[in-house]
Amino acid sequence: MITVKNLHKSFGNNEVLKGINCEIAEEEVVCVIGPSGSGKSTFLRCLNLLEAITDGEVIIDGDNLGDPKININKIRTEVGMVFQHFNLFPHKSVIENLMLAPMKVRKISKAEARKRGMDLLEKVGLAEKAEQYPSQLSGGQQQRVAIARSLAMEPKLMLFDEPTSALDPELVGEVLEVMKRLAMDGMTMVVVTHEMGFAREVCDRVFFMDEGVIMEEGNPNQIFTDPQNKRTQAFLNKIL
Amino acid sequence: MLERLERFNWASVIDFLPNLGTGLYYTLLISVVGLLIGFILGGIFGLGRISKNKFFYVVSSVYIEVVRGTPVLVQAIWVFYALPLITGYNMASVAAGIVVISINSGAYIAEIVRGAVQSIDKGQHEAGRSLGLNQSQTMQYIIWPQAFKRMIPPLGNQFIISIKDTSLLSVILVPELMFQGRLIASNHFNAVEIYTTVAVFYLVITLSLSYILRYVERRLDIQ
Repeated sequence: MITVKNLHKSFGNNEVLKGINCEIAEEEVVCVIGPSGSGKSTFLRCLNLLEAITDGEVIIDGDNLGDPKININKIRTEVGMVFQHFNLFPHKSVIENLMLAPMKVRKISKAEARKRGMDLLEKVGLAEKAEQYPSQLSGGQQQRVAIARSLAMEPKLMLFDEPTSALDPELVGEVLEVMKRLAMDGMTMVVVTHEMGFAREVCDRVFFMDEGVIMEEGNPNQIFTDPQNKRTQAFLNKIL
Repeated sequence: MLERLERFNWASVIDFLPNLGTGLYYTLLISVVGLLIGFILGGIFGLGRISKNKFFYVVSSVYIEVVRGTPVLVQAIWVFYALPLITGYNMASVAAGIVVISINSGAYIAEIVRGAVQSIDKGQHEAGRSLGLNQSQTMQYIIWPQAFKRMIPPLGNQFIISIKDTSLLSVILVPELMFQGRLIASNHFNAVEIYTTVAVFYLVITLSLSYILRYVERRLDIQ
């Protein structure tokens, strides 16, 4: 579903991604771990072109994101993104947050959008919060709404950029629970995370990134119990 | 002091109310029309200041800097006395007054618009774009409504400044409040009574505006 070939990304003279290569299959759940500054988030943001690609190829479902003629808005409707700081729209109620893009981009009717939105809120356990505003919700609830908002566009792929890093510890579980269910439903997911428990339990594959490249990849069991690369060992020693 | 105040004929002000009323009419006309156009100019050139289009950016910057860098009085006199010599068209003083207030307030409002839009968290823009909304939809549905709310207090400030600036238009013969007051005072030697009344008129306008804006702000603050 995703093919990344020799992906480079520079900010001015600062090269953040130095040649990333990977393949991610449909329904696969990939966790990206690594020290801060290793380029994890930048890599993720290149997958929906929130960052322009400096060099190399990113092909999602046959569409090459490097192609200047590509309709980026159309790609983005297929690729959902969940942010560290939720980024809900504070001037809209929870249900309106979910209805906006389906109505404006997919052009579905208001009633249809509301119905779909309510179904999704039900799924993340927040149907009773539909008419409230984001500021009235806890961090964990906000992030669950943000996940539902992305799902409202019925994406084929979901990107998670440290979705639990801004949450109080006791709120992390409810968000991971939603993500876990999503993974079990067969969603293709790329998750940048510091939650090693989640990576271990839910992911099919783990990428360890450092210094702008994928230093090591493998199934979670192998990465966490028997890392081959010295950098992976050092990193895991520090955090586990 | 008290004795001096008693010498003034405050009741006589009533006789001049129709003239002052005419002045008030022009003051309000120029303020409302000028600020309406200024708001549109501000919206356009404020977005120009954050535009990636170089030409639009440069035009907006030059406009804002020139207007902010010159006094309103100079702008008024230039538009009314100098501009016709360049264009060959004479402008009615009221029209010239509206042009001055529009262009002047537009530049300041542009900076208010720019500041408000830039104050919205970058994540809001990214969230909109990542849902597949295009640039203008993201502006329209996500950035602008949030920015607008933040613009209200500084806009209120600018409205009040511009309303008071209309008094300077008396030098280009706009028959507004200050112009009428000067006319009456110089003919009837009642400077204290008339100028005090004129000041009260301005105060009533600006206080009412503050009140309305506070009401709007509260209404928008539903959360």
